[in-house]
Amino acid sequence: MAFELETAEHPEKLRRVAIEPISRVEGHGKVTLLLDEDNHVKQARLHIVEFRGFEKFVQGRPYWEIPVMVQRLCGICPVSHHLAASKALDQIVGATHVSPTAEKIRRLMHYGQILQSHALHFFHLASPDLLFGFDSDVAKRNIVGVAADYPDLARQGILLRKYGQEVIRVTAGKRVHGTGSVPGGVNKHLTREERDALLKEAYQIIGWSRDAVHLVKRLFEQNLELYNEFGSFPAHTLNLIRADGAMDLYHGGLRARTMDGKTLFDHLDYNHYWDHVFEQVKPWSYMKFPYFRDLGPAEGWYRVGPLTRVSQCDFIPTPLADRERQDFIAFDAGHAAAATLGTHWARMIEMLHSAEMIKDLLHDDDVLAGDLVTTGERQGRGVGVIEAPRGTLIHHYRVDEHDQVIRANLIVSTTHNNQAMNESIRAVARKYLDGRELTEGLLNHIEVAIRAFDPCLSCATHALGKMPLRLELIDAEGRQIDRMVRAGDGTCSC
Amino acid sequence: MSKLRVATTSLAGCFGCHTSFLDIDERLFDLLKLVEFDRTPLTDIKHCGPCDIGIVEGGICNAENVAVLREFRNNCKVLIAIGSCAVTGGLPAQRNHLDLGDCLSEVYLTEPGTSHGLIPNDPELPLPLDKVHPIHEVVKVDYFIPGCPPSGDAIWKFLTDLIAGRTPTLGHGLIKYD
Ligand code: SF4
Repeated sequence: MAFELETAEHPEKLRRVAIEPISRVEGHGKVTLLLDEDNHVKQARLHIVEFRGFEKFVQGRPYWEIPVMVQRLCGICPVSHHLAASKALDQIVGATHVSPTAEKIRRLMHYGQILQSHALHFFHLASPDLLFGFDSDVAKRNIVGVAADYPDLARQGILLRKYGQEVIRVTAGKRVHGTGSVPGGVNKHLTREERDALLKEAYQIIGWSRDAVHLVKRLFEQNLELYNEFGSFPAHTLNLIRADGAMDLYHGGLRARTMDGKTLFDHLDYNHYWDHVFEQVKPWSYMKFPYFRDLGPAEGWYRVGPLTRVSQCDFIPTPLADRERQDFIAFDAGHAAAATLGTHWARMIEMLHSAEMIKDLLHDDDVLAGDLVTTGERQGRGVGVIEAPRGTLIHHYRVDEHDQVIRANLIVSTTHNNQAMNESIRAVARKYLDGRELTEGLLNHIEVAIRAFDPCLSCATHALGKMPLRLELIDAEGRQIDRMVRAGDGTCSC
Repeated sequence: MSKLRVATTSLAGCFGCHTSFLDIDERLFDLLKLVEFDRTPLTDIKHCGPCDIGIVEGGICNAENVAVLREFRNNCKVLIAIGSCAVTGGLPAQRNHLDLGDCLSEVYLTEPGTSHGLIPNDPELPLPLDKVHPIHEVVKVDYFIPGCPPSGDAIWKFLTDLIAGRTPTLGHGLIKYD
């Protein structure tokens, strides 16, 4: 099985160019390009370079520790892991339905998370490319440059993010790595003061979110051809969907469609995800390559995230965001809704949706009082799925009779997008880099494509390699403190 | 007055400490009057140049982390370890009592749903260390800020003290070890 530009025929004869580290993304990754003497791109790969092995070291831990442990996979979307794990553990403790209070507080936490993460990504990380140009001055191409030239916009971005973080703080107990969600429910209500303080600002936040949607729309209008085409490619899709077809970022069934709109499955109970989603390993990345089993690894890769969710739902259940969705879908005969850079537009629509949901939930007195935790008949296995800011997130645990986790499987959003991101950088490499002298600005084009996915490379880190190698780690005083030998069969000794 | 130059990086961490740094919210604008950024995840500078302050999140888990950390130490007058991972190894160090080979084969060979199992072996992948180490085991560290992560307020207090030439102190309520 071969994807175009994945593997060059004679890599040894080619020149290597690396983009390392990929910047203005979250986590650790790099891109390598192999070029011939005429600068034709022969190979382009996005590598995930770090190993962490969470699945292994949560084994043996008591299950109630899991929601606070696994969120340390990612400090930008910790709430997503916190909640996906909690939802899986709801099943373990037999809480088939958590209380209305618990569900609403968790939703509030989740929408706070989507809001802050989308704001961070758009304003702090991606907007410099879009506002200044993909090959603009590297010294200016960052949030500091945005703050200098567009002070109001930078301020709004910072305050939008702050608001999301405050929603997280009052629901989870702290802004990063809180403890609010527990197996079977949550551990605190909101106080009336907390609720009122957030409500006071909610309408301003909705207004700014809508402005952000319109800003991306204007960027599309100004650069229509570039924005439609840049790094774009057809892809199958996967997302959660509510029973009535509405966008639901917290709960639902799985919807999968092919690139020509055929339904592969719909409203699928996510407990059965593993009948449909398999993962392939490739030697050059620690991140696996998931695919739909029915289509096989060559054809079955797919895309998740804001663009998928906004274009594949039947409607968005809040009025302002739904109006923007309709506008987006209809724009330029649907081209923007199929474009890689359309992800930014979709992301801002989701930010608006989250702001509207937060406002509605804050108006609901269930968040102030009501049952916190529910339990039922203890089970041995639980699956939790949620739409994290970057896409579908799957947590799956088995727990033994001593309450210890014996097995864990996590498929994070960025992993689902692995092949899609590789396709995107190859599209950019073919169109913009091939045959040209590579400059910093041209290389940034590759990163612009990656950034559209808002990848969380930190979430996506798994495991080690195979060449015989030896490494010694020397401390500040020159003493050897670690020594690693990797044998040719992939085993390690030290 | 010329601005102080600050670099930050995330090694084997989760970016939560950087997230917390951004939790200084609007105070970022005040900070930008006093400092300019060199390499950070927010800029496109790929290698750290000469800096006044270097802030490191995360411990070290592979050869690349070691190289970046040494580059930071060589270039930064003051080096700060921020968060549990940098200070003690943190959560990623939970793997220290496990055999790395077992972890790998579990994740890449035997996990259900994994097809075409193999262990990634490309030279582009940096060699992982057998153990995750706190950064002071490899370079000299000037300051440690505990917490997982330390709060935005703690980071703000620490940096403003340091920039103003005071000895940084985190009073009651700002020092946390979670
Ligand atoms: S100390 Fe905590 S917040 Fe900081 S990088 Fe480590 S796990 Fe993340």
